[in-house]
Amino acid sequence: MDISLDLLFNAIISGVLLGGFYAAMSLGISISFGMLDIVNISHPVMIILGAYLTWWLNEKFGVDPILAAVIMAPFFLLLGIFIYRIYYDRFEREAGGGDSLRGLAFFFGLLFIIEMILILLFGVDYRNVNTSYTDVSLNLGFVNLPYRLLIPCVLSVGLLLLIREFFRRTYFGRAVSAVAQDPLALQLMGVNPVKIKGYAFGLSLMVAGFSGAMLMIIQSVQPAAGREYIGLVFAVCVLGGMGNLMGTLFAAMILGIAESMTSTFAGPSWAPAVSFGLLLLTLAFRPQGIFGK
Amino acid sequence: MFVSNMRRRLLVAAVTMMASFGIATVSVAQNKPPLKIGFGMGLTGGMAANGKAALVSMEIWREEINKKGGLLGRQVEFVYYDDQSNPSLVPGIYTKLLDVDKVDLIISGYGTNLIAPAMPIAMQRNLLFMTLFGTNVNAKFNYPGYFQMMPNGKEPAVGLAGGFFDAAMTAKKKPTTVAIVGGDNEFAAMTIEGARVVAKKYNLKVVYDKTYPPNTTDYTPILRAVQATNPDIVFFASYPNETPGVIRAAREIGLKTEVFGGTMIGLGFAAVKKQLGPLLNGVVGYELYAAEKTVNFPGIDAFLKIYQSRAEKEGVDPLGYYLPPYAYAEMEILGNAITTVGSLDQKKLIDYIRATTHKTVVGDVKFASNGEWEVGRPMYVQYRGVKGNEIDQFRKAGPSAIISPKELKSGELITPYQEASK
Repeated sequence: MDISLDLLFNAIISGVLLGGFYAAMSLGISISFGMLDIVNISHPVMIILGAYLTWWLNEKFGVDPILAAVIMAPFFLLLGIFIYRIYYDRFEREAGGGDSLRGLAFFFGLLFIIEMILILLFGVDYRNVNTSYTDVSLNLGFVNLPYRLLIPCVLSVGLLLLIREFFRRTYFGRAVSAVAQDPLALQLMGVNPVKIKGYAFGLSLMVAGFSGAMLMIIQSVQPAAGREYIGLVFAVCVLGGMGNLMGTLFAAMILGIAESMTSTFAGPSWAPAVSFGLLLLTLAFRPQGIFGK
Repeated sequence: MFVSNMRRRLLVAAVTMMASFGIATVSVAQNKPPLKIGFGMGLTGGMAANGKAALVSMEIWREEINKKGGLLGRQVEFVYYDDQSNPSLVPGIYTKLLDVDKVDLIISGYGTNLIAPAMPIAMQRNLLFMTLFGTNVNAKFNYPGYFQMMPNGKEPAVGLAGGFFDAAMTAKKKPTTVAIVGGDNEFAAMTIEGARVVAKKYNLKVVYDKTYPPNTTDYTPILRAVQATNPDIVFFASYPNETPGVIRAAREIGLKTEVFGGTMIGLGFAAVKKQLGPLLNGVVGYELYAAEKTVNFPGIDAFLKIYQSRAEKEGVDPLGYYLPPYAYAEMEILGNAITTVGSLDQKKLIDYIRATTHKTVVGDVKFASNGEWEVGRPMYVQYRGVKGNEIDQFRKAGPSAIISPKELKSGELITPYQEASK
């Protein structure tokens, strides 16, 4: 196939749009796994929970997915604090600072429980939300930007930058960074690390809820759809450098562009091989991730 | 007060009488143990939307047959497990059904990927194995006890894609090139294989032939690559979670081709129809039932009425045009076979099912020697005039014009795709 300029540009743009969305999906994992050392394998199903709640808000009250993401935020924050409390009581405290294997089993269980709840509440049929911008594109010359990908990308990048600034400039944000490094030192400074971790875990779930709302703009979902993203979100987190939010954004962009370019010029079935090949190379030569310290 | 007491007494008497009749009926049936039919079914996971719809349809049949006194004087009981749409769980489920639950008969779950792992178990024990929507599963096994309900004909892979190409070749500008695209899964692999054979038959040059991974989120890069090869026909073999993304991407890039469509599973589902609405216009899609005047299978309307009355409560496809009538028909064939043969002798049942033309809610069904339908009937429709996202418009003739096969045809193919999509 000839590599024409418009094909190349569109492939890069598609990759960037996709990468923006991948960043939102992985941001929560970057906080929970990268910063708090909690292997929340149920994160993708939380995204699907967010997608279903978005669908429900739209179906019952005609709420737009973007507004739904805002409405759902407090719910996910509280849910995250609640889940972390159970996790802390049963695993972190009992195991004297963390038993990642048992914790992993806990989140696996949570994944299946939430999936079953979604099936019981909403059935197994595909659910989707149609908005005024779903089937509209922005055409800039030969570059085509579908709003269903453009809006999630812009909002996701915006949210990521906002959270990054929040972590950098606020007391809470610095406490979250500190708790990942030395919870005891934080405790000696009069800060309750359990509380900080609870809020931070809540924040990670809040981002998952937001990603679910964005996913609903992009495609239809069914309760088990989250399983397809487990590998991807952890790959982005590791590739970007654990807990590095800007790293998460760039890694997501790299994977998005790699996927798009491979799909366009080599064949879509090679896309996972290229993406995970990049991850393997990174782990071999730079185990801390591309942007990790 | 007196009237109220009288009413209450009458009510109690009536209920007691009804109950005693009921108990009598049940006690007759309870003299014999229930006839157990065992299966795995995808009630969670990626296949659940159809798996659960199949189960609802099968339950409708079971209730009806039990009201009539069951089979061989025994009430019919289903013993089923959720296979989680996971093929690796299937062998364990069927071994348990046969060795622990001691079921009398087994049937398959839904879909090629879930049928194939159960085949060796059915074959080892020489069991009748009726299956639901497998594409070419028996090609390698050649098992005589296998019967499959998807109406794709003796050569299912070729037959399934063949209907699409038969219709596509009627385009005003005679197609000479084709792009073939599909997901990385067993179903798509079979269909793509068939598409290649049919493309060769029609002397079509294959200008793009690639597959995509199951977790693909954005299909625009694929469609752009397809567009770059400028094909006359774009054939997609996609699964329900992929189909809307594929069609959206085609619209977003303004795909220019004569015919666009294929074995896009999901277009028969109400949820996908609702989601895509007018975006469906122009697409040539695979359906198993359409409310066109040319489709008039005896009993299907009555079945769909019962199914649709339950669908919302069960959280399954509200139209039920894709899988449900075929799941019900499968049970009709099985039930009639048991009644006619008068026993559960697997060999006799297999012989009877093979030798008979079965009257069902999806029309007459006759199985070929490989267990597929003797005469295929893959139905391709071209969507047109779809307005808004309401699914009720699909309950009437018009939006799903059947362009293949000839005997069910209710409209002509409109080309090119961009013209048809308006």
